[in-house]
Amino acid sequence: MSFDFNLYVQYGPTLMAGLGFTVYVCALAALIGIVVGMVVAILQGLPVPPLRWVCRGYIEVIRGTPILVQLFIIYYGGPSFGLVLDAETVGIWGLGIYCGAYFAEVFRAGFESVPKGQTEAARLVGLSSARIIFRIKLPQMLILIIPPSINTLIMTIKESAILSIITVPEITKMTIQMVNETYAVFEPYIALAFLYWVIIEIVSRVGRAVEARISYL
Amino acid sequence: MTKTANMAATDSEAGDPLVGGDSVIRIECLHKFFGDNEVLCDINMQVKQKEVLCVIGPSGSGKSTLLRCIVFLEEYDRGRIYIEGKLLGFREAGGRLVRDSERNVSRCRRNVGMVFQQFNLWPHMTALGNVTEALVGVKRMPRAAANEIGSAVLTKVGLADKLDAYPSRLSGGQQQRVAIARALAMEPHVMLFDEPTSALDPELVGEVLQVMKQLANEGMTMVVVTHEMGFAAEVADRVIFMDFGQIVEEGTAADIFRVAQSSRLKQFLDTWRARNTNLPE
Repeated sequence: MSFDFNLYVQYGPTLMAGLGFTVYVCALAALIGIVVGMVVAILQGLPVPPLRWVCRGYIEVIRGTPILVQLFIIYYGGPSFGLVLDAETVGIWGLGIYCGAYFAEVFRAGFESVPKGQTEAARLVGLSSARIIFRIKLPQMLILIIPPSINTLIMTIKESAILSIITVPEITKMTIQMVNETYAVFEPYIALAFLYWVIIEIVSRVGRAVEARISYL
Repeated sequence: MTKTANMAATDSEAGDPLVGGDSVIRIECLHKFFGDNEVLCDINMQVKQKEVLCVIGPSGSGKSTLLRCIVFLEEYDRGRIYIEGKLLGFREAGGRLVRDSERNVSRCRRNVGMVFQQFNLWPHMTALGNVTEALVGVKRMPRAAANEIGSAVLTKVGLADKLDAYPSRLSGGQQQRVAIARALAMEPHVMLFDEPTSALDPELVGEVLQVMKQLANEGMTMVVVTHEMGFAAEVADRVIFMDFGQIVEEGTAADIFRVAQSSRLKQFLDTWRARNTNLPE
């Protein structure tokens, strides 16, 4: 059994392009997911039953079905109800909306962790709902939601591999292409695992650094 | 059982909010249910300007619920509450009462300050931060002006040297005084206290009661739910005794503590006296 390093020299540029694309897709999807998740978590906390119902519906449907199925519905099924989007757009938005459901639950747990009495005192002294969220709840929540948020981020990065199935040119797709062209199996997949591990390890460390920095007690 | 059905505007003073003199708080026929449990039953009372009203009674008698209804932290089911003549939480709409908007509720209770048993300070802000947060965020004061007022009010409650301390570094008595300062900074017309010293160890109770006495002497209108009978006897103008959601007896402090009429009140006060004077040698 031999390990052909030449393959890496040959396919280096291809793999690096895929890696760059994965980082790009994951970064955008994470951004979408965090914004969507935060909005949903906030709306869910408002005393407006229809809003809460919609938010709950979004979370349960998106969390309750595999991302692959969601991507298929949008990418392959989309045209039949007038939605024609390219693979990259479907990939980024699909992944973003998918992880948004998970972020929403993380943030909801964060909001609910702030003792109710603090919110009551804030309301009585006249603070608006927006101020209560940004000045009272979020600052206290932050330290609590960082570990589960990093978890969700890592999950998103790994789920991004699925995007290869709808032809998004990220790292997994590039690796599969390499396998098809060279008939080598071991070298490409080992490299793939290693590259994902590097990205995730960096994210994990950044997460711990942020945690350390915002501990105020 | 819809709220509007129960609150048909048939009662007498629908059009005349200031009947009864210059009452800061007026409560008429108040009822509150938690599910099937009636926790407040036909409460009628007033608080006049500069009056100190103490509410005493056993646990579960509805004292805290009453206070929370006055600031609409709990929505009451029947009756009316007027703050400075304005109906709280509901508005008249075609002869019936309809739930008011959050904005109107906030506006109605903006001159009411409240102090809680658990202090409810914001732990990520300093004492000064807690006190000035509403000044900056609600009254839109510039930071410097807010800090000046905040320092003055914290000095008034005896915490001039603790402006930059976080609540975790303060004793219970100090935290409660910060909470009082936070409410005072907004210049309320009436202050509500929900068992302000119940969570404090005996040594710290005094410093908080001292601040409250000072406020009373300065003419602040106060409603205090408390188990501190000594404070009530000394400072209260009027005392209300509640049990099972009803006002059982009310009168001046002298009436209540020396000439208790109802047997339930006598029983309550006897228990208190027995528990508070039996120190082992």
